[in-house]
Amino acid sequence: MVPRRVLIPILVAALLVAIALPAALPRGREIVLATTTSTEDSGLLDYLLPRFTADTGIHVRVIAVGTGQALELGRRGDADVVLTHAPAKELEFERAGHAAYRRAVMYNYFVLVGPTGDPANGTGPDVYHALRQIVRCLCPFISRGDDSGTHTKELQLWRAAGLVPEPSAWYREAGQGMGATLRIADQLRGYTLSDDGTYYTMADRLDLAVIVSHEPPLLNNYSVMPVNPSTHPDVRFAWADAFAQWLTDAAKGQAFIQSFVVGGRQVFEPNASP
Amino acid sequence: MVDELLGIAGLSLYVAASSTAIASLLGVPLGAVLALREEARGRRPTLTIAKAIVFTLYGMPPVLAGLLVYLLLSKEGPLGALALLFTPTGMILAQVLIITPIVTGVTYSAVASVGRDVKDAAKSLGAKGWTLTATVVEEARLGVLTAVMVGFGRAISEVGAVLIVGGNIRGSTRVLTTAIVLETSRGNFAVAVGLGAFLLVIAFGIFLVLWRLQERGYR
Repeated sequence: MVPRRVLIPILVAALLVAIALPAALPRGREIVLATTTSTEDSGLLDYLLPRFTADTGIHVRVIAVGTGQALELGRRGDADVVLTHAPAKELEFERAGHAAYRRAVMYNYFVLVGPTGDPANGTGPDVYHALRQIVRCLCPFISRGDDSGTHTKELQLWRAAGLVPEPSAWYREAGQGMGATLRIADQLRGYTLSDDGTYYTMADRLDLAVIVSHEPPLLNNYSVMPVNPSTHPDVRFAWADAFAQWLTDAAKGQAFIQSFVVGGRQVFEPNASP
Repeated sequence: MVDELLGIAGLSLYVAASSTAIASLLGVPLGAVLALREEARGRRPTLTIAKAIVFTLYGMPPVLAGLLVYLLLSKEGPLGALALLFTPTGMILAQVLIITPIVTGVTYSAVASVGRDVKDAAKSLGAKGWTLTATVVEEARLGVLTAVMVGFGRAISEVGAVLIVGGNIRGSTRVLTTAIVLETSRGNFAVAVGLGAFLLVIAFGIFLVLWRLQERGYR
């Protein structure tokens, strides 16, 4: 029998090699897309990506996180392309030289939702009025509080309404994703700002009604940015570029975004400039 | 659907089993050596500090381990060139970091409690170094198996680290625990609970097999 002092190191080495091997082998035509939970939770990516792969042979690995984390993944070169919805943060990302370019892809609207019956009496076309009404009644408002695109939008709306909410009994920061935040709002009979895709996907399980939607201040713009290969030489720019081009191509990605419906509703409106 | 579920469960098993195997290969000898050193040389401050470190790492939040491994494997990190981020191998690395201290600590306790007479008998028969360690570990096998099982239990139920390092990528790094997080956040509680039940059934099967092997070992 082989002595243990020989056997054990051999076993360790064999195991390490077996585990490391799959990662060391060259990967196929594959890119990492860092995006927001809303694009994945709505089902859009499940609809688009198989079509993209069929067209180009490029596989896309999706990391669905908040916009803050998605941009950080791009900033570190851990993602090859980002698809996000926080224009101010994206411009900052672009100014810092992390983006090869930035292109509009699609938009939809955020929705301000609240408990059925609307205790704050904010229902109507004016989102700023609705926010002031919520403050007036000190009704619970659940903020994402996670640096996501939706959170960024929410803070802009408060600022534009001339209000500065601080964490308190009525203003609470969930620090969680959209689905979790909607459920907290539901349980606490509170208000929250949501992307409409996630809200409508979950609406039948929530006791929350639309307070304001489809108004210009609630526009939700999504952009795609391949990570800049001159600052991050390791990124797979050619394929990331192919993805961004495909997504903004009127006959391809844009047409599929147009035809993507959930429960009979079109979720995103394509708006890439030709 | 079933294919996807089996893929997710298979990856859970692969990641947990691999990390437990590596952590055991590191932690069992380490725990045994720690216990034998203490016995041979008495309570030295260096050993006490080593023990305190091992048990402190018990309390390492998995999310922190995940973040550290993320920074290590990130393109800008020291091991970025290996391209292990968002791969099962990266997830295994993070879990090894989390469960090695656990395996080490439990092994230490098991070996320390093996009777002096066993150790003396082994020594009088000429056993020293790794042979002595191997003999004592064999004598403490019930405790060592417990160490491995506790490690496996922690690995297969862990979510914070594999979420950050793996990225919960569908068809690639999604495991049962991260799928539960995703389905919970989507409000699909029934699916989430179903996945959890599936995970528990798998763990039950594994532990059943391990205990059978253990009992057979005692004849």
